[in-house]
Amino acid sequence: MSQGSDPRGASGYWRAHLRLLAGLLCVWFAVSFGAGILFVEALNRVRIPGTGFPLGFWFAQQGSICVFVALIFVYAWRMRRLDARFGVAENGPS
Amino acid sequence: MNVQAWTFAIVGLSFALYIGVAIWARARSTLEFYVAGEGVSPVANGLATAADWMSAASFLSMAGLISFLGYDGSVYLMGWTGGYVLLALLLAPYLRKFGKYTVPDFVGDRYYSQLARIVAVVCAIFVSFTYVAGQMRGVGIVFSRFLEVEIHFGVLIGMGLVFFYAVLGGMKGITYTQVAQYCVLITAYLVPAIFISLLMAGSAVPQLGFGGAGPGSGDYLLDRLDGLHAELGFAAYTSGSKATLDLFAITAALMLGTAGLPHVIIRFFTVPRVRDARSSAGWALLFIAILYTTAPAIAVFARTNLLETVSERPHAELPAWFRSWERTGLIEYRDHNGDGRVQYVGAASPHRNELEIDRDIMVLANPEIAGLPAWVVGLVAAGGLAAALSTAAGLLLVVSSAVSHDLLKRAIHPGISERGELFAARASAALAVVVAGYLGIDPPGFVAEVVAFAFGLAASSFFPVLVLGIFWKRMNREGAIAGMLSGLAFSSSYIVYFKFVNPAANLPEHWLFGISPEGIGAVGMLLNTGVSLLVAALTPPPPPEVQRLVDEIRLPRGAGPAHEIRA
Repeated sequence: MSQGSDPRGASGYWRAHLRLLAGLLCVWFAVSFGAGILFVEALNRVRIPGTGFPLGFWFAQQGSICVFVALIFVYAWRMRRLDARFGVAENGPS
Repeated sequence: MNVQAWTFAIVGLSFALYIGVAIWARARSTLEFYVAGEGVSPVANGLATAADWMSAASFLSMAGLISFLGYDGSVYLMGWTGGYVLLALLLAPYLRKFGKYTVPDFVGDRYYSQLARIVAVVCAIFVSFTYVAGQMRGVGIVFSRFLEVEIHFGVLIGMGLVFFYAVLGGMKGITYTQVAQYCVLITAYLVPAIFISLLMAGSAVPQLGFGGAGPGSGDYLLDRLDGLHAELGFAAYTSGSKATLDLFAITAALMLGTAGLPHVIIRFFTVPRVRDARSSAGWALLFIAILYTTAPAIAVFARTNLLETVSERPHAELPAWFRSWERTGLIEYRDHNGDGRVQYVGAASPHRNELEIDRDIMVLANPEIAGLPAWVVGLVAAGGLAAALSTAAGLLLVVSSAVSHDLLKRAIHPGISERGELFAARASAALAVVVAGYLGIDPPGFVAEVVAFAFGLAASSFFPVLVLGIFWKRMNREGAIAGMLSGLAFSSSYIVYFKFVNPAANLPEHWLFGISPEGIGAVGMLLNTGVSLLVAALTPPPPPEVQRLVDEIRLPRGAGPAHEIRA
């Protein structure tokens, strides 16, 4: 059974999804390669208030990981909505 | 009870648990649990993926590496977690929709070529072997320390155990066994971390503790550690010493490699729906992050304890844990200046360094250094074994299915019988254990470093070919084959040269762009991508049915039932 529906719908879906990906991957890059590597020395001049963490060091060792988890859940949630909006969602229970 | 007795007891209990779960899960699958596309729930799959993922490298080796590298160790933290984002966003849902059994299956069908399938099989075997070797070393370390034997014997014992468990113990139900193993390993990792965090920072949350201040004193732990480092001639803990480009490359290689690992990708074939592949990746990373955010804390605590316990102490007065580890050969003391005291110093110190410590021992030694009760140490040993065994089983599954399913059944000898296929699977798994054991006895680096090579190879061979296959319809078989071969050849020869052929030259001035063998996978990935694009542009486009296949896998609707590899 083919996906049947309107080819404009399918390509609209793909493009909307690519936009979402681009946004999420920018955050992914910024928080790891950006804050954790490229700008780490500059960020290290700032301390997280009330702790001994230099900011760049913290991003590299903890902060980026937390953001990654959030990114994936955001992706799953937004894609569920996108699937429904363009009518390409699966049937049946999860 | 002493440490050894507690270790036998707790490890024995954990093994009984795994065997019990494996038997229970096996019974469930004979009730046809997997029919009608039910599959494994995203949360359970996330737990199993996390255990499958967290190998001896994550559990035993990573915190130790970070404690020696300081900030530079962040490459492992970011690299091994950031890749999950790539996996979830760029690969898992589409491969789940594709609905076959293995990664070489996808490569063979998407690139309509048996040659591509075979190249993919070779890459999968290469990558999985390197990875398994790292596990064997980790298993060897645990056994050797707690059975108090040389590390070689520890590896041999580990080999025997994995052989029995993975090959003869049956591979159905590996998923639920891995769920049990996750529970054991996360408990084993957190308990000492929480104890030590309370002792050293007054906080029950290690993630916060290592940024805090010691109880009583006003100074922050990180400042204290930076100070100790400066005194002893080491580079500052919070800034490290590797070049930025190398850091960038290693992190990239690890992230890209993570997303290209066959044994992780196949975990997403077992969820019920495409949308579950997405959320399952989120759950997996959450469970992984619990350990990965604790590791840097353990690293700081362990490093601080080590330096304060050992530095300038008379060798004769050092505590029992030091002696036990010396007996395994993983700590070596040479009194260069004859004063009977231990000078453990870095490159910038006027003294000569007298202490060599294997980085893989820090997680195991940490509870002893901190003076925690013996049962904690036994628990940590059980956790390390859980991590190594769960990953080793998953890897051997990839190797054996690559040989029996991808190579024999789908390429060379399609007429092979079920029994023949099963025999081939077991024989290749057995051979894999032996070769991996040999590499475990004589590894080219610490556990985490060896595993990092596997990632470099996965990044250079699989990642671009899979992503381009999904996101660029024009990508064809000539491009894929050229890309995989060039990426694999480049990265593996670079690594083999600097690690085996000419290790004396393994220094930054000889490296390409100053990038180490651990990071060269990022360059290999770029090479693979460039070659693929070029060759694909110069050769005919894929046939229309393949282009339709790509359109199909981009839409969630119409996904088939979940699959599980049977062996």
